[in-house]
Amino acid sequence: MGANRCAVVGVGQTNHTTVRADVSIAGLVREAVDRALESAGMTLADIDAIVIGKAPDMLEGVMMPEMWLTDSLAASGKPVFRVHTAGSVGGSTAIVAAQHVMSGIHKRVLTVAFEKQSDGNAMWALSVPTPFGVPVHAGAGGYFSPIIRSYMRRSGAPAHIGAMVAVKDRTNACKNPYAHLHEPDWTLEKALETPMLWDPVRFIETCPSSDGAAALVMVSEDVADTMNVPKAWVHSTAMRSEPTMFAGRNQVSPRAGELCAEDLYRKAGITNPLEEIDVCEVYVPFSWFEPMWLENLGFAPKDHGWRFVEDGVTEMTGKLPFNPSGGVLSTNPIGASGMIRFGEAAMQVMGLAGEHQIDGAKKAMGHAYGGGSQFFAMWIVGSEKN
Amino acid sequence: MSDKAADKPLRVRMPIGIDYKWCAGPASTDYLTGLKDGRLYGRRCPVCQMVYFPPRNGVCARDGVMLGESVEVGPKGTVTTFCIVNVPFLGQTIKLPYVAATIILDGAHLGFSHLLQEVEATDVRMGMRVEPVWRDKSDWDYSLENISHFRPTGEPDAPFDDYARYL
Amino acid sequence: MRDVGIVAFAESQLTYGTTNTPVEMIVPTVNEVLKNAGIERTEVDFWCHGSCDYMTGQPFSFVAAVDALGAWPPIIESHVEMDGAWALYEAWVKIQMGEANVALVFGNGKSSAGDMNRALTLQQDPYTVAPLWPGLTAMEGIGACAALQAGTVTERARRDGAKNGNVLVSGSESADELLSRAVTSAPFRDHDLPAMADGVSAIIIAAGHAAKRIAKRPAWIRAIDHRIDHQNLGWRDLARSTSAAIAASEVGVHNDKVDIAELHTTFSHHEQLLINALQLRTDATRITPSGGALVGNALMAAGLSRFGHAARAIFDGTADRAVAHAQQGACLQQNIVAVLEGN
Repeated sequence: MGANRCAVVGVGQTNHTTVRADVSIAGLVREAVDRALESAGMTLADIDAIVIGKAPDMLEGVMMPEMWLTDSLAASGKPVFRVHTAGSVGGSTAIVAAQHVMSGIHKRVLTVAFEKQSDGNAMWALSVPTPFGVPVHAGAGGYFSPIIRSYMRRSGAPAHIGAMVAVKDRTNACKNPYAHLHEPDWTLEKALETPMLWDPVRFIETCPSSDGAAALVMVSEDVADTMNVPKAWVHSTAMRSEPTMFAGRNQVSPRAGELCAEDLYRKAGITNPLEEIDVCEVYVPFSWFEPMWLENLGFAPKDHGWRFVEDGVTEMTGKLPFNPSGGVLSTNPIGASGMIRFGEAAMQVMGLAGEHQIDGAKKAMGHAYGGGSQFFAMWIVGSEKN
Repeated sequence: MSDKAADKPLRVRMPIGIDYKWCAGPASTDYLTGLKDGRLYGRRCPVCQMVYFPPRNGVCARDGVMLGESVEVGPKGTVTTFCIVNVPFLGQTIKLPYVAATIILDGAHLGFSHLLQEVEATDVRMGMRVEPVWRDKSDWDYSLENISHFRPTGEPDAPFDDYARYL
Repeated sequence: MRDVGIVAFAESQLTYGTTNTPVEMIVPTVNEVLKNAGIERTEVDFWCHGSCDYMTGQPFSFVAAVDALGAWPPIIESHVEMDGAWALYEAWVKIQMGEANVALVFGNGKSSAGDMNRALTLQQDPYTVAPLWPGLTAMEGIGACAALQAGTVTERARRDGAKNGNVLVSGSESADELLSRAVTSAPFRDHDLPAMADGVSAIIIAAGHAAKRIAKRPAWIRAIDHRIDHQNLGWRDLARSTSAAIAASEVGVHNDKVDIAELHTTFSHHEQLLINALQLRTDATRITPSGGALVGNALMAAGLSRFGHAARAIFDGTADRAVAHAQQGACLQQNIVAVLEGN
């Protein structure tokens, strides 16, 4: 039995910022949910099942908040599911939700991913020290910057590449009303003057900490065919995981990411990703991950990802725009970021990306990763049925 | 506590304190007992033959089998990569800026993070050879913190190809 | 819908206060279920895991569990912040859409890691309930006061528990003896409370042809459904579990006889509530012959264990049709029910 077709018919997200003191957790979630439902022309009563994703509950201090959100999401009597796959969770949640439809089990699924991390202390939650160890790391940046150094050394990338990506993403974000950071005046020179936080990663090359949520409404083909709204058809989804550490593990370009992308393209019938994909929303929390993921995802040959950046391939005007939304680098509610990527990819092929729309986008990729670059979740969506 | 402005929602501060018991587990217990004695013990995987220091959960993550024999490693090692930390965070005890290095001890095949000192941050290089500097014996406990930091040995750097596959 | 069956089950010896790490606990049980199925780890298409960070006391605590799976070459794997029974559900969905044929699911929990009763307070409304720190026992006490039942349930659970070598506590006190003991946290006596435990539970499910290849008599999942109720205790009738009733109706519990019903009862009064919700006939159906969570409650694994024990009864021919149930959330807020058949 093959999978049934599934379409995204509604996308919603919050106005992301450092502290959403104006809403409760439920209010934050509903802002995204209500916008998604409104864009789909549906209500909560139409929804058969709800799939919720977020990162560690220590970020807010609420254990399994989806159980409490039942009341706010009119979910009493319905199936509610909670996915948690670390940083990739927004993406894997969208995939699990799509699978609820593609399996034929449900026809109308609402999925939402969120993080109201200003409620807790994000840096603490990301690096709670475990006994018997040495507390040298300072958050995710402390974990990833040595790996970034390895990439720079391996590939021979010049030092300004990270800053180039950062300037691109922050500039793109100015065209995205929902993005957290709106900083229009960055230049490469100014960027290279910002201090190092975890050398070799600079201040500007680092994502912010945001409160935010994203929601998608996904329906079966027969339901989608009756709806007069823009649609993003799910062409393929893929997930892969590998262990955090083992002797000889490639932490710069993890095999799980490569295999996930290969599986994704194969299932979507894509043989030349660079030519066939129009735009990518890729999880880049530290700007150097852009050249690294260009290689990992098979767009650029090994050690050449940085050349694509330098040549402007990933600019909005380039051959393969990366993160026209401004990406994780401009907005990062941890649990939501993956779904924002998947949702922004959908918005591109639905023609709903407003000022940051890539003209004529027909096929888009959404990408998320988590843990020690070990969990990968990706999808390809298209304006046409696959 | 409550916000006086009429149009902003009230905020409540809820301190959450929960005590947990953390078990190192048998594999880590051996490793930590070794540290209390000033010794560095890793464990070898019976399948891939790689030595894990520290042994983490006593499992070879690659092969899904419990690690086997105890192997003494180091004391010297190689810096595979590193970063210079310049950002303050909650619970930080080390003075900024500091070098957090990933080090593979001689005889082991997995890196771990530790502090690198007695060298200018700008002079630290991938491939640098380093050795541990232990705290005073009277301060020793079941912890990798018995090693205060690592410092350069002065030996020539390890060639890139020697450690490239561990990056 | 594809035919999907449970083909193997393994459960760790339930203890309390183990000094193993969660990963060290998971490795033997995962290897045991693979051995029970007679398959290699490379034959598993999809792995799914249920656990809870706040129960471990560490954010991202599930990440280390991947170390226990020998995830090299990279695997297709997912995690839910729910009891392992819902990890089984995600795997079932994936098989239904045709992206997997064989899945291994597991749930693990180390209740001894902390004061779970206190920690579980954090599941409640963060603005109006959690700051009062009621604790799970108090929340359940409210539910129990609304629907109290006799101690004979526990006597049977304890008696049956003796048959399962994995349980912590088994005794043969009579109902009268139990009821004569002091009430320790009103309205509960000690035997009404779950026996917190550390444990891992693992199950392998497989699609039609693969299931028949692996098991002589798969426990076919004829139907599976899960539902949730309002969380706010004042917003629902605590003398019934509406979500359990809906799930039971969706899976057609009453379509045929039920030989065995493995119910995830954590507080003794849950059993009667669930019997009512699932409309089980206690004269025709054996209720939780494994003893269940009252005698060994490994958080995040105990629900999946009910599916395992129900399946086992089908494997060995003790039952032809079984119901498996799992729950989470105070006062039976969320429930998952499946009908398993041997034929």
